[in-house]
Order: sequence, then C-alpha cells, then structure tokens
Amino acid sequence: MKFAGSQAKASWLGCRKTSVVQKYFHALNIGFQNNLTYRFNFLTRTLFGFIPLTAIIMLWRTIYEGKPADAATVGSYTLRQMISYYLIVTIVDALTAVNEDDWQIAGDIKDGNISQFLLKPVDYLWFRFCLFLAGRVTYLMVAFVPLALFIFWLRDYFVLPADFLTLGLFLCSVLLTALLQFFLSYTMAMLAFWVLEVSTFIFILYAFEYIASGHLFPLDILPPAIERALFFTPFPYQLYFPVSVYMGKITGAELARGLLIQAGWVLFAYGLARFAWHRGIKKYSAVGG
Amino acid sequence: MQPQPKNPNTDSSPQAARLGRYFGIYAALWKNSVTRETMFKGNFLLWIIVEMLWFGLQLAFIGVLYLHTDAIGTWTKWQVLLLVGASHFIQQVFQAFFLINCANLSELIRTGKMDFLLLLPVNTRFVVSLRQVDLGGFVNAASAVAVMIYAARQIPLSPSVATIASFLVICLVGILIHYSLMFMLATISFWTVRAQGIVYGYYNLFQIARMPDEAFQGLFKAVFTFALPMLLVTNVPVRLLTDRLQSGWALALLLGMAVVCAVASECLWRVSLRRYTSASS
Repeated sequence: MKFAGSQAKASWLGCRKTSVVQKYFHALNIGFQNNLTYRFNFLTRTLFGFIPLTAIIMLWRTIYEGKPADAATVGSYTLRQMISYYLIVTIVDALTAVNEDDWQIAGDIKDGNISQFLLKPVDYLWFRFCLFLAGRVTYLMVAFVPLALFIFWLRDYFVLPADFLTLGLFLCSVLLTALLQFFLSYTMAMLAFWVLEVSTFIFILYAFEYIASGHLFPLDILPPAIERALFFTPFPYQLYFPVSVYMGKITGAELARGLLIQAGWVLFAYGLARFAWHRGIKKYSAVGG
Repeated sequence: MQPQPKNPNTDSSPQAARLGRYFGIYAALWKNSVTRETMFKGNFLLWIIVEMLWFGLQLAFIGVLYLHTDAIGTWTKWQVLLLVGASHFIQQVFQAFFLINCANLSELIRTGKMDFLLLLPVNTRFVVSLRQVDLGGFVNAASAVAVMIYAARQIPLSPSVATIASFLVICLVGILIHYSLMFMLATISFWTVRAQGIVYGYYNLFQIARMPDEAFQGLFKAVFTFALPMLLVTNVPVRLLTDRLQSGWALALLLGMAVVCAVASECLWRVSLRRYTSASS
C-alpha cells in the first residue's frame, strides 16, 4: 500500500494538467495493481464461500423434501426458485460487495494518508470509488470460473431471466446496488474521524445488512408486516431488490417505483458520505502526515 | 535471567512441578489479557454487542425456517435452536482461548517476533496458542448457555447431572477439534505469509457446525464428517443431550477424529517450525 501510494503521488505530480478522465483512469490502474496482490485471497474467499452456500442449499432441499410433493413451496418459492435465489445472491454479491474498502478508508484517515488528497486536485471519494470498481473487476476475474462451474453444477436449479428487458433492468439495479453499497461503506468509514476503532461499528451495520438485505433468506418468506417495515430501510435495496427483479418477482409499475426508490437511496447515501467527509475534515488533525 | 531456585518438589514429582509452572505462566498471561481489556472497555462491550447480534441473527434464521416447516429431517424447532446455542457455546469458548492466537501466528512469522517466543524456556506451541485470552468470549458463551436452557425447557428436556457433565466433556472434545484444525490452517503461514485470509475462511466452517446433520448427504456429509468433522462437533453433544444418540458409534467417531486432528496438527507444527527462517536481520 505504502509503495503504491508513493507511486501514485509521483505520477500525479508529473501530470498536473491531465484531464479528469485520465486522472481517474490512473486511479483505476492503481486499483488493479493493488487488488491483483489479493488474487489468492479472492480465490480462497470464493472457494470457502461455496461451503456455507452448499450447506444452505442442502438444508432447503431437506425442508422441501419434508413437504407433500404437490404443494412443495415456501412462500412463493419452489425449490428451484429457492436455490436460484441463493445463486443470484452470490452473483450480485460478487458484483457489488465492498472488499476491505471500508477498512482501508478508515486506515487512511487514521494514519493521516488523506492529507495528500487535501492538497491535490483529486476527489478522495471518486478516487476510492475507482479503487472499489477495480477491486470488483479483479474479484470477478478471479471468481468467474469457480462461480460459473458451481452454477453449472446446479444448472437444473438455475432459472434464467424471463427476457432481455428483465436482464437489462436487473443490471441497472445491480449498478445502483453497487453505488449504494459503496457510499454506505464510505460513510461508515468516515467514523474513523471520530472513533479509534471503526470495525465494531462496521460489523454491527453488516449484521443488519446481512439479515435485512436478504442475504440469509428471501425477505418475502417473512411475515408480511416485517417485510413491509424492512422496505422503509435501504437494506432490501442492497441485495434483495435486484435479485427479485432478476427472478421476475417484481414487475411493471412496482419495478419502476422500486428502481426510483433505489436511486433515491443512492442519492441519499451519496449526500451522507459528502456530509460526513466535510464534518470529519473539520475535526481532522493529520496524524503523522 | 536469574538462576532458577531449586524447586523443593522437583525430587518428589517433576511432572507436577512442571504442570505447576505452566499454570503459573498461564495465570500471568490471563492477568495480561485482563489488563489489556480494561484499557479499552468501550470496545470490549461493543464486540460483545457485535457477537450477540450475529448470534441473534442465526436464531432468527432458524425461527424463519420453522415458519415454513415443522421439521428438518427429524429435528424440531427447539432442538435446532438448542443446536445453534450449543454451536455458539463451543465457538465462543474456542474463541476465548485460541482464535486470536491462531490468527496472529502469521503476523508473528511475518514480523519475526516468533524469534522471541522460540527463545522462551517453555513449549513454543503453548505460548503461541494461549498467549492472549479473549474475555468477551466467556460473556458470549454465557448468552449461548441461556439460549440452550430456554430451548431445553421448550422441548421439554430435563437432563440428569451426569448427562450434562458428559455433554460438557464432549463439547471440550469439539473445542479440541476446532483448535487442531484452525491451528493447522494457521501453520500454513510458514509457507505463505498471507495466511490470515485462510484462517478467517475457517469462519465459514462454523456455519456448518450449527446445522442439523440430517440435512446433509453424499460427498458433502462424508467430507464434513471424516475429513473436517464439523457435522460431529455440535451434533453429537446435542444428540446426547436430547437422548437421540442412536448408538455409541457417533461418539466413538468424534473421539477418534479428535485424536486424529490433534496428532495431525502436532506433526504439521513440527514440520512447519523447521521451515522458519526469521525475518530480516
């Protein structure tokens, strides 16, 4: 990290007059280089992740087997749809989950590394966003083959989207999810301006995200009142919403409304991230920088 | 270093004296850990909240599953909740004693601090494994016990003292298995320094340990019974507690696997240690 940082510093000093596109393209490049050192980590994470995924799929299969064959549904899900749900969750997660970005941002604040960004015509938020994007692309490059093989293994249980329009809307929603994930993590990391240890706070939020975003089970198998209450929070839009779009559970006007609300949450999270940064900078006292 | 005063017990039973010495060392390590925790009280409490939330989340998941089914195999709702509680208990006690130490091994190797531990006149594996105690683990283990008692009453279940005692002994065997496996993973850092990710990957295995064994079959069941005995670690003690252990076979298997894992981890540790070449200097 240190080395990459100094490298970045040198190259920025050298091209002060470069365009915005070039500038952030450079940031992406740094991101790729940094993240490639994590490739082994990414691979083990992907492979280890298949263990609980397989376990939960087997658990559901056992539950469905205990039901009469003609009425084997849980909520509105058949076994095939239930297994697909978890597979698509894994795909959306690979595309959008933050990987250590929040720890790194908090670390930059704590160690005083953000000082250099205060002096340069580089926006730290977009710089970090480039690193996040690069991280996701690297992760996908590593995870693609194992994930594809895993899905191929379960191909009989994997539903495809109804049509290209659904697929397109799903991808739009995934993009919004990625933005939402990033801005919320960025905001959480801003806590480092005020507290020494941010990891506990990040884990507490993560616990809520894990259950309320539909990571553990599809939200519509919950009692309707709880499900409705959850939709007042941003959590379902961090995972459950794009997955439901893919599976055709949400269509028509409801889908359009959902996308708008999701975009609204993205804007809100962006505003929150900016606000937290501005308040934080006022408190900031460049440790060791 | 002062010359060691001659221990009056040495002549009568050197074994007892050695044991006493290790107890003394371990007491000192405990004292250090307590001091460390009292320095960051707020953080200590926050970590307990984090663990409680994740535990609650697991319980909620089981609750949601049983909204849609009456049984997983032959496991009823309260039996599975007892299982989740027992799994959390085992995991937290394991975490209290061993987890940080296993995770820190790669750091010791990377920074060369291992030199210092190797020079100490005690068994190196002992200090490496038990250097730090995570006191929050005991608080969390207590919350797991509370859930287990509640679940047992709902079943309803009133185990005898002997049953509870043997349950606890088997839990200890489970903890030994977790420790042996985790320690083996940690020793991989002698080969690749970036092993911390692997150690945390072990967390995924805890997730299997709290699932009812009857949900699994085929290769998956075989691997997690005979290679990484996650499906035995919690299921066997809970089956004993609920009097659903069909035969002594599962019990024997659990004990056998514990011995195999312990021996394997000790062998791997000895081989790995030979590869250690310090850092810098």
